[in-house]
Amino acid sequence: MAAQTQPGVEEVWGWLSEVPDPEIPVISLTDLGIIRGVEWQGDTLVVRVTPTYSGCPATSVINLDIETALRRHGIEKLRLERQLTPPWTTDWIGPEGREKLRAYGIAPPVDGTAADGVLAGRIARMTGTNLKIACPRCGSTHTERISQFGSTPCKASYRCKDCLEPFDYFKCI
Amino acid sequence: MPSLPDMTTPNVADLAREAAQTASAHPAVPQPDAGQEAFSEMLLRLGDSTLILGHRISEWCGHSPALEEDIALANVALDLIGQTQLWLSLAGEVEGKGRSADDLAYLRDAWDFRNLLICERPNGDFGHTLMRQFLFDAWHHELLKALAASSDPRVAEIAAKAGKEVAYHLERSSDLVVRLGDGTEESHRRMQEALDDLWSYAGEMFIGDAKDAEVAARGIAPDPSSLRAAWDQTLQHVLTEATLQIPEGSFAHKGGKQGIHTEHLGYILSEMQFLQRAYPGASW
Repeated sequence: MAAQTQPGVEEVWGWLSEVPDPEIPVISLTDLGIIRGVEWQGDTLVVRVTPTYSGCPATSVINLDIETALRRHGIEKLRLERQLTPPWTTDWIGPEGREKLRAYGIAPPVDGTAADGVLAGRIARMTGTNLKIACPRCGSTHTERISQFGSTPCKASYRCKDCLEPFDYFKCI
Repeated sequence: MPSLPDMTTPNVADLAREAAQTASAHPAVPQPDAGQEAFSEMLLRLGDSTLILGHRISEWCGHSPALEEDIALANVALDLIGQTQLWLSLAGEVEGKGRSADDLAYLRDAWDFRNLLICERPNGDFGHTLMRQFLFDAWHHELLKALAASSDPRVAEIAAKAGKEVAYHLERSSDLVVRLGDGTEESHRRMQEALDDLWSYAGEMFIGDAKDAEVAARGIAPDPSSLRAAWDQTLQHVLTEATLQIPEGSFAHKGGKQGIHTEHLGYILSEMQFLQRAYPGASW
């Protein structure tokens, strides 16, 4: 009987794709790539979620939002599991999510520029020789970093030297 | 109780029942034995170091020389406190006495803390704070790389997660140490003074004891001394570029890892733990 009333996993993914990130509401939890698995274990729906940053204060809000959304769709037995492995990476933000970020005024992450602690790469990044961040407003790559951190753990602060607009960069991790 | 960031589960009682019914939820987890004490001790050393340093740098919130630096320090603190949540939760799990990360953070006194002494050093000026951060980040980064290959999968996954954050911290602190060291006459002088002042507190990161040897023998964590060469190399590279002179002394203050602290720790705890001490069990 339970099998007949259980919505399919694909349908649940669809619902989750409508749950906005609490900090950056233009992208959804699935755009962000933090939903790592949805499955039925007997009559219980198990959703596995990975944190973006280990101390991100949005984590508990995200869990609450997931629970609220799924309960609204009639899910009664639900379990949220934290999954740390593999650790979250901005590579999991798909093209659609990146475009939404850009349109919202946040420069999307530039792949392959994550900090790795390797000195050669670090010096190159420090001097700006291998990282061009395009201004989300005017598209100019004539930009400079103001701070390695921004308004949330996942962002850094930049400024466009052409249109003079300050903006957030979704830093690569 | 004020919760550190954590996953909330909709029904803890159900979860506990299910866990009890499932005999092999964590098949790879080592069974409790005498070495577990060294293991939980190692986790306390890690979690307490990130907790105390995280709390220390959060003291800059609202006081930094520039808004961007204020935000940056608060974010580094947030990462460290988030990592603390993971390490201390695991410490409580390995200890097996039912203590949560919050219990460990808020309900122990100074002699039960196992953080490195360098983490409890007062902030000093902005340059001093950044120099301490750089010395710590360079060690922390190497440590997490080694822990990512830990024989205990729970340690390995936390280290892999935290390692990404700490690589970014190291990038930032290296960058600023170079800028300030190779900056104005005054910034150079202050950075050199900070380095000289902190130098005798760096050595403790590489000094092992019997508990370190125990977890190293089990492949859970590296021998602390094995991290020194890579740390020296990072310092050589960054401090040379910063035009700073690496001090020659090899004397190292130690004791933090065994619970013998400087007078500064008590002041941190009295502020950090006040609410739980005055109003036990308070939550919001």
